[in-house]
Amino acid sequence: MADGDIPKMDHPLDIPCLKHGAMEGLKPFQAAPEHQEKLGFPGELVPDWKERALEKMAELAEKNRAFQVYLDTCVKCGACTDKCHYFLGTGDPKNMPVARQDLLRSVYRRYFTFAGKYFPQLVGARDLTEEVLAEWYSYYHQCSECRRCSVFCPYGIDTAEITMAAREIMDSIGVGQKYSNEIIGKVKDIGNNLGLNPKALRATLEDLEEDLEDDTGISVRLPLDEQGADILLVTPSADFFAEPHIDGLLGYAKVFHEAGVSWTLSSYASEAANFGLFIGSYENMREIALRIRKAAQDLGVKRIIFGECGHAWRVAYSYLNTLAGPWDFLDPDYPVPQHILEFTWAEIQKGTLTLDKSRNDHIRLTYHDSCNVARASRMGDEPGGQFEIPRNVIRAVCNHYFDMPDETIREATLCCGGGGGLLTDDLMELRQKGASPRMTALQQTTEDHGVTHMAAICAICKTQFSKVMPAFGYEMDSVVSVHQLVSNAIILTGQDTGKDAFEEGTE
Amino acid sequence: MSYQVNGHTIEHDEEGYITNLSDWSKELADEIAKTENIEMNDEHWEVVNFLREYYDEYQIAPAVRVLIKAIKKSMGPDKGNNKYMYELFPYGPAKQACKIAGLPKPTGCV
Repeated sequence: MADGDIPKMDHPLDIPCLKHGAMEGLKPFQAAPEHQEKLGFPGELVPDWKERALEKMAELAEKNRAFQVYLDTCVKCGACTDKCHYFLGTGDPKNMPVARQDLLRSVYRRYFTFAGKYFPQLVGARDLTEEVLAEWYSYYHQCSECRRCSVFCPYGIDTAEITMAAREIMDSIGVGQKYSNEIIGKVKDIGNNLGLNPKALRATLEDLEEDLEDDTGISVRLPLDEQGADILLVTPSADFFAEPHIDGLLGYAKVFHEAGVSWTLSSYASEAANFGLFIGSYENMREIALRIRKAAQDLGVKRIIFGECGHAWRVAYSYLNTLAGPWDFLDPDYPVPQHILEFTWAEIQKGTLTLDKSRNDHIRLTYHDSCNVARASRMGDEPGGQFEIPRNVIRAVCNHYFDMPDETIREATLCCGGGGGLLTDDLMELRQKGASPRMTALQQTTEDHGVTHMAAICAICKTQFSKVMPAFGYEMDSVVSVHQLVSNAIILTGQDTGKDAFEEGTE
Repeated sequence: MSYQVNGHTIEHDEEGYITNLSDWSKELADEIAKTENIEMNDEHWEVVNFLREYYDEYQIAPAVRVLIKAIKKSMGPDKGNNKYMYELFPYGPAKQACKIAGLPKPTGCV
C-alpha cells in the first residue's frame, strides 16, 4: 500500500467521509484443512454449512444468554458508529460497529425472531447466503475485538462477543482464519505461538543471560523448567524472539533478580497468549489455559505471574479460574494470577530496586493502554489500577512522561490496529489504516510535548507499532516495552556503572 | 502457487514460503529473492547461511537479536546491527530472510 493511502487526520477522532465498500472483499488467508482439524473444526466448508451455521448460532444464543441479549437489544441509536478505529481509518460504513454486528444480527432476526420469519423486509432480516458468509469472513476479520465501541454503548452490548461468535460459527462450518488457527495448533504441538521448542528456547535464554552479563557484569538468570521455583512466569513467546519484546523480558529478569525471588519459565507453558479467545472457542481457550495449570503443578510453584501481553492478561485475570482452576495448590497469600507490573510496582514501593531515572533521559515517553488490559481487566487493589500501575512504574523509571489526549487513553484507548487475530501481513493495509487514530494522537503528543517514544505492555501492540510507525514518521524502535524502561533504569546490586566509577574516582 | 527453478516446480504457500523445506537450493533462494526485489550479494548470503545453520540445529529461526550478534561476529559492528539488517531485507530480517532461506515463517505476535 502506498503511504498516501493512509488517511491524514487532523484529530485522532475525526469522523471520515463515508467510503462505501472501501474494504469490501478484504479477506485474510483461510486456514488449511490440517490447521482446522487440529482445533476440532471441519477441514473445509461442509456441504450442509447453512443448516450447521444456524444450528451453531442457536446453540450459542442458548448457551450464552448474554450473546442473545446483545443480538436482541440493539436499538441502532448510533452511539458506537464513530468509535471504531477501523471505521475512522477506512471510512467503510460496514466498519461502524453497529453495521458490522448487524451482518450477523440480520441473519439472526431472519431465522430466530417472529418479525424476521414472517416479514423479513420490514425488519432488515436477511437470508444466510454465500454472499453473506463472504461478508462475515471479511468484516469479522476487520474487528480487533478491542471493545472501544462497547464503552460507549448505552445498552452495554459487548460487540466483541458478536465478532467472536461469528468467527466461531464460521470455524464450525470449516471456514477459519489461517493466522489464528495455525498458531493455536502450534501451541498444542509445541507450547507456544512461535513454535519455539525447548532446546531452542533454552539456547535463546542462555544467549540472553550472556548478553545481560556482558552489559552489567552481573550474572542475572533466565531460568527454564526449574523444579521447586516459587514463581512461574508465563509470558508471550514474542518476548523470546522479537524487538522490543526481548528487552522487556530482560527487565523482568532484572526485577526478579533484585527482588531476590526464585522464579522460572516453563517450556511446556511457554506462551501467555491465548488465541482461543480471538476465535471465540471456549474449548481451545481452555486447552491452552490448562497447559499453564499443568506446568504450575509439575514445577511445584507457589505463584503465577504473567508478562506483558494484553489479551493474555484478560484471559488470566478474568477467566483463568473458570478455565483451569481451582488454584488451591498455590500460595493463598498472593493473587492468582499476578501481573508483572503489580510485582514490579510493589518492589518499587518497597524500595528494593535501585533506579536511576536519568538513564531514560534520552527519550520522552507516552503510554499506550492496550485494549484488553484497559477494558477487560484490572491490576492491583484499586479500581483503575490497570491504568495507574503501568503509569506509576513508568514515572518511577523515567523523568519525561506525558499522556496522550484524554479521549484516546485509559478506557477510551484506541486499539493499535493489530489486535484480536489481525496481526498478519495479509491484513497490512487494514492494520495501517486502523492504526491512524492512535498514531494521530501520538503525533499530537509529539507536537505538544516532544514525545519521542511510546511504551506498551502487549506483544501484539509492540509488533504492530514497530511495523506501522515508520509510515507515520517514527522509527520502528519508537515503541518500547515498559519493562525495557525498567531495565534501562535499574542499577543491579554490585553493578559497576560508569557514573559510580567516576564518583569513586573523585572522592 | 509455485516457483520454477531449472525446470523444477517448487510449491509455496500464499505468502511465498516454500511448503517442503527440503526443496530449497541456492538457485531457489535467488529466485525467491527476485520476487522480493532483492538481489542477493555476499551479505545477504551470510545472513541466509546463518539462518539455515541455526535452523538445522534448532528447527526454528533465531531471534533477531541472536542473528545480529552472529553477524556482528562475522561481519563486524557496521553490519551487525538492526538498521543494516533492514537495509538488506527491507521487510525484516526475520520474515523476509527466512523466506529466502527456505525456512517456515515465524508466527505469533512477531
